[in-house]
Amino acid sequence: MKIDPIHQFNIEPLFTLGHIGNHTIAFTNSSLYMLVAVAIISILMLASGTQLVPGRLQSVAEISYEFIAATIRGNAGAEGMKFFPLIFSLFMFICVSNLVGIIPYTFTISSHLIVTVALALVVFFTVLFYGVAKNGLKFFKIFVPHGVPGYILPLVMFIEILSFFLRPVSHSIRLFANMLAGHIALKVFAGFVAMLGFSLGAVGWVGGVLPLALTVALYALEILVAFLQAYVFAILTVIYLNDAIHPGH
Amino acid sequence: MAESHGGAKAPATDAHTEADGGHHSGGFPPFESSTFASQLVSLAIFFVLLYVIVAKLALPKVGGAIEARQNKIEGDLAEAQTLKDQSEAALKAYEGELASARSRAQAIGNESRDKANAQAEAERKTLEEQLAAKLAEAEKTIASTRATAMSNVRGIAADAAGTIVQQLTGVIPDAASVNAAVDASLKG
Repeated sequence: MKIDPIHQFNIEPLFTLGHIGNHTIAFTNSSLYMLVAVAIISILMLASGTQLVPGRLQSVAEISYEFIAATIRGNAGAEGMKFFPLIFSLFMFICVSNLVGIIPYTFTISSHLIVTVALALVVFFTVLFYGVAKNGLKFFKIFVPHGVPGYILPLVMFIEILSFFLRPVSHSIRLFANMLAGHIALKVFAGFVAMLGFSLGAVGWVGGVLPLALTVALYALEILVAFLQAYVFAILTVIYLNDAIHPGH
Repeated sequence: MAESHGGAKAPATDAHTEADGGHHSGGFPPFESSTFASQLVSLAIFFVLLYVIVAKLALPKVGGAIEARQNKIEGDLAEAQTLKDQSEAALKAYEGELASARSRAQAIGNESRDKANAQAEAERKTLEEQLAAKLAEAEKTIASTRATAMSNVRGIAADAAGTIVQQLTGVIPDAASVNAAVDASLKG
């Protein structure tokens, strides 16, 4: 019995769609789970009815809606509601795919850096373009915090600009690393159970209780992390967009 | 390093190759650059699809349901408020009516009491006058009766005195002197 905690992250092409340059574009297991996430969100949001007294599914849909709407209003004001569809899509996409990915034998989309980087860059460029389009050059005031003495301003500006351009890095790596590390830890601890059992027989099965308990505890933690990282990604998006909407913080 | 995806499928038997830093099959999958293009393309397709579904269908629908409920609740609350206002106004009108009726009743009571008092007073006065008249008449009668009686007493006394004198002395006394004696005695 060999533990291979990395295997779960493999990208398996299911069929080839075409070629762009010398890249092969395939419909992979990752694509499949993206489709699954979109399908689940669509079913949740569209098949849930519009009754005056909501049922269970409709309640979930409305709670998601109001949760994200309240997050945006609280952090970016009413103007931030312009980005409601984007933030809602990001949150639901990451949350649902993370929760699906936690089911054994499934694939977690956001355990791949390229995906989280792409999502973070969407946010980054949205902030940049909207900020410049709406505020013009005043947008760059976010790099010049007022109340800072002149002699220290170049240093502060340098740090502000650096942190601005590092945002997509931290934004994407946070989600990626959390999902990756969580799934590896789960796999390692779950693997111990089987490994002990197969290598030590009856003693091993008894000894396997401890890693099994740890796996259960970690599993609960990972469900929390799956939701929490989606929320963190969404709220950071809101905070970054708030800079574009109100650059004179 | 664009390899075909066949390479990525290789089993983990040659897992050691991940150490040589290359993008070989069996490397660390998240850093397998050959899979990036596929992932980016499918992410673009599915995220745009999701965005369109969310923006055009899901949020308007769910938001509409929430708004409809909000409107319904607000409408019901407003209706309840107007009904409450109406009932309060009715209560106020009732109380006003009650107060005015009460004051009217009091006024009527006072008036009738005053009237009754005045009437009773008038009746009492006439009765008293009648009684006083009767009393005066009675007193006059008593006085005349008394005067009559007194004059009778004098006559009787004079007769009695004359008779006594006659009995004692055998002489019939002079009427004038008897009368004078009786008068003196009565005055005495």
